Amino acid sequence: MTALADAPTTVRCTYRDAVREAIREAMQRDPRVFLMGEDVGMYGGCFAVSRGLLDEFGPERIRDTPLSESAFVGAGIGAAVAGMRPIVEIMTVNFSLLALDQIMNNAATLLHMSGGQFAVPVVIRMTTGAGRQLAAQHSHSLEGWYAHIPGITVLAPATLEDARGMLWTALEDPDPVLVFENGALYNMEGELATDAGPVDIATARVRRGGTDVSLITYGGMLPRTLEAAEALAAEGVSAEVVDLRVLRPLDDATIIGSVVKTHRAVVVDEGWRSGSLSAEVSARITEQAFWDLDAPVARVCSAEVPMPYAKHLEEAALPQVPSILAAAREVLGG
Amino acid sequence: MTAELTRDEGLRLLHEMLRIRRFEERCVELYSAAKIRGFLHLYIGEEAIAAGVCGSLTADDTVVATYREHGHALARGMSARSIMAEMFGKVDGCSRGRGGSMHLFDASIGFCGGNAIVGGGLPLAVGVGLARKLQRSEAIAVCFFGEGAVAEGEFHESMNLASLWGLPVLFCCENNLYAMGTALARSEADTDLAVKAAGYEMPAWAVDGMDVLAVHDAARRAVAVVREGVPVFLELRTFRFRAHSMYDPELYRAKAEVEQWKVRDPLDTFPALLRERGLLDDGDLDRLEDDVRAEIDDAVAFADAAPFEDVEDLTRFVYSEVAR
Repeated sequence: MTALADAPTTVRCTYRDAVREAIREAMQRDPRVFLMGEDVGMYGGCFAVSRGLLDEFGPERIRDTPLSESAFVGAGIGAAVAGMRPIVEIMTVNFSLLALDQIMNNAATLLHMSGGQFAVPVVIRMTTGAGRQLAAQHSHSLEGWYAHIPGITVLAPATLEDARGMLWTALEDPDPVLVFENGALYNMEGELATDAGPVDIATARVRRGGTDVSLITYGGMLPRTLEAAEALAAEGVSAEVVDLRVLRPLDDATIIGSVVKTHRAVVVDEGWRSGSLSAEVSARITEQAFWDLDAPVARVCSAEVPMPYAKHLEEAALPQVPSILAAAREVLGG
Repeated sequence: MTAELTRDEGLRLLHEMLRIRRFEERCVELYSAAKIRGFLHLYIGEEAIAAGVCGSLTADDTVVATYREHGHALARGMSARSIMAEMFGKVDGCSRGRGGSMHLFDASIGFCGGNAIVGGGLPLAVGVGLARKLQRSEAIAVCFFGEGAVAEGEFHESMNLASLWGLPVLFCCENNLYAMGTALARSEADTDLAVKAAGYEMPAWAVDGMDVLAVHDAARRAVAVVREGVPVFLELRTFRFRAHSMYDPELYRAKAEVEQWKVRDPLDTFPALLRERGLLDDGDLDRLEDDVRAEIDDAVAFADAAPFEDVEDLTRFVYSEVAR
């Protein structure tokens, strides 16, 4: 009994470790799974996510690709159609634009265009987001664009549990799933249950309960939104934090359920404001909970500039705790 | 090889080409009658390619074609009924009316579109080839595309990847000399397309695409190589006798050029060759024409009678119908 009681129930790890464990588990569980992308093998992954996996699984299943985003993403789609379960890694969301044709015109359309005959069970992972002084071609948050596309599921794991658990569920999904890993989260450390396993990829989650205002966010913005909620608590304001987790299809029930309770909403999105995911969330709240609102929905988004390099400019371009607090105070009546 | 041609084989190839030709001619009528709408790209003039290549494949192989794919679909074994019903926008069409002329699909015969993004099908075929290699399968992927696709990055990326990884993919470039209205010499610095494959260390041949026996022979040889895990590039030199689509006024090419190519019409030259060898007589040709006419009449009647998809089912198949 004592041995069991003493056995650790959690392990300290990073978000990066959690993603790697998820890939490892998927490779072990299903021989149809393989990982393919730029520098995923010998280099160990641009962000060291796949380090060690080449030695463990060999070059056939941990497959380095040339810098041919369209071809290897398309090859992932073709392999999925032909019975495999590929995990395709794209180094950053900005590079994914070179494969947008394959994602939009093939992955998202084949099932419908073929009258239900050709499903595409591919998982495409990529890094998104800013905060690392990588400037205007490595730092954008374009997941909102992808969330515009019917036919795909768009995920934004923001916790260790989701980094660990979303991949397997995504691989079991018969249709294309895009996973956006915010680069600023890779070094996030915490305790993860040793028996952590698959999680749902259909619902949003309330990460902190509250009654006065709903702070609705996802991905790289979750930690600072939670920080803002903590600061609001010190001011006597009870803020609820909703982590969208799944950007398409949006979990309206959780979003609306929170707003109906708090009567106020602030959407925090690292993407740009115009024509954005934050606009979509705001519109749904207005459509479905207008009469429950005590104030207009507020949004905190990135400044509408290509992401600059200099640290002070990059920080100024991104939503920060003070800007989230300012928006929350505004909807609370200043 | 041509010396070994049997009567059965000759009649089979002729039948296949005739089906495609007459099917396409009927499509023109049906387009004028507004039964078929949208873009309609005819394969008339290029029949020898689909007939010659598809006749060299086995049931397990996968075909990825373009938006000018009626011929490939027919030659691969898709029923004229399901193709015609698709173009009529009916639920009994191969893609339940969601694809139309440019997006014919049939999983039961490994026919994966109908891709209307020039070059967009090549990465898919590479992926199918990758799957077959990982599955230790004998099956191959065959990708048809026009010479216009050679200018796309996806062509070069796909050729490189297939060769680098030793994937069983047959690249069939149908060079009909015009990418819509742009002549090859106006879009490629080097118009010898087979040479491009050399940059990827890939075996490649240029083939007379107006000669069904030459195509069939080249395809058989190529398929044998591809099954060993070596991708092959075939440049099939051909010509479309009709406009690019029903909207094309053909301002970019001279009528004389079209007439010059029509002299090499495979639907004239191949029957003549068969007659010369004593493999075809008037009765055979009449019978083939009758068979084809009956098949197409039946397909049109089927398409006409078929129902439309319920509008309530509009959003079906955006995602798979499974419990989540």
